[in-house]
Amino acid sequence: MSVEARSTEPAALPDRRPVLLSLNDAARVHGEGTAVPVRALNGVSLEVRVGELVAVMGPSGSGKSTLLHLAGGLDTPTSGDVVVDGVSIAGLSVKARAALRRRSVGYVFQDLNLVPALTAAENVMLPRELDGVGTRQARLEAREALREVGVEDLFDRFPEEMSGGQQQRVAIARALVGPRRLVLADEPTGALDSLTGEAIMKVLRARVDEGAAGLLVTHDAQHAAWADRVVFLRDGKMVESAAGSRIS
Amino acid sequence: MSVRQSLLAILSEGSQYGYQLRHEFEVRTGRTWPINIGQVYTTLNRLVRDGLVEEAERGEDGSVNYRLTYSGREEVERWWGTPVDRQAPNRDEVAIKVALAATAPGVDAFAVIHRQKAETLRVLQGYTKEKRSLPDPVQGDALARQLVLDHLIFVAEAEARWLDLVEQRLRAR
Repeated sequence: MSVEARSTEPAALPDRRPVLLSLNDAARVHGEGTAVPVRALNGVSLEVRVGELVAVMGPSGSGKSTLLHLAGGLDTPTSGDVVVDGVSIAGLSVKARAALRRRSVGYVFQDLNLVPALTAAENVMLPRELDGVGTRQARLEAREALREVGVEDLFDRFPEEMSGGQQQRVAIARALVGPRRLVLADEPTGALDSLTGEAIMKVLRARVDEGAAGLLVTHDAQHAAWADRVVFLRDGKMVESAAGSRIS
Repeated sequence: MSVRQSLLAILSEGSQYGYQLRHEFEVRTGRTWPINIGQVYTTLNRLVRDGLVEEAERGEDGSVNYRLTYSGREEVERWWGTPVDRQAPNRDEVAIKVALAATAPGVDAFAVIHRQKAETLRVLQGYTKEKRSLPDPVQGDALARQLVLDHLIFVAEAEARWLDLVEQRLRAR
């Protein structure tokens, strides 16, 4: 092999994948100006690109949930900035943030993901119909989203007729239906057995690989290991981790 | 101990040459613990000495085909029939190092813990990445590797959780 060929190895190129989420020195202080302000998040900088899954680990109270709330535009930083899908949320109104969330962000929680009175399809269609997409189109998108997570056959089933693992697949489908490309997952495998949890991580990973971006909060190192990077939080700060913790 | 018992177990399925045994051991344990041929023959010699294995036949090139004796067969049955002894814990360098660091003067135990945790997670990511690359559905030789990878992943995860707990305990003091 020539020297030229070696010098153009992909590893040497800068990462040109679009950044879907970026936190720039983001901080969130609760009770600012009071006697005991609580610094829930203290100057965190983080980027998540398309095709990337980033895991956030840390003990209870370390700021994981605050980070996720900021990333999803549920809350705004008291200083610094959070940019979701190219839009800075710092100056947005509550309404504008809600619109941004619907357009760009999907959530998967440990449980209570699905509306019990709606079928799988209707659950997945819901955010799209709220976006103003017509029912016919929303159904098509729901079918495709369910197919991508391997549960197209659950289309007309209600959550109570599904296993926990099936419900989480539907939740992932709903999180990434339509144009949404940022999925925020909070202990998505929490209540599931090892094999089912692994299947959920596989689905999440595959969806990210196909062009989404994911931020995964977990205390489970086994699930964090599915991520490209693992960041640690302690007392609201990102704790320096060894360079080796980035594997992709 | 495990190589000795494993070779006996494999021989209980039929007679084998030394190099075949080595291959079989490696493939059926997911190629996780390579053994050299010298180790195989040393073990076989001891098994012959102990009356658990005997020569079945000798090829023209001098290579020996080994088979189990009746005692060897009993030994295999005993192995499957009893759990592996976990009474005496393995001497684990991470546990020893962290325990010492917690009380060693002039050592930043938290730094030791953080470095170790980053390393443990790095290894965990590597195992997980390999597991992701296994064929789906997993079959044949890959099954052994999957099972062993699962084991390595659980052990690494337990170590990461333990390191978290150590950190919490030290901070609570």
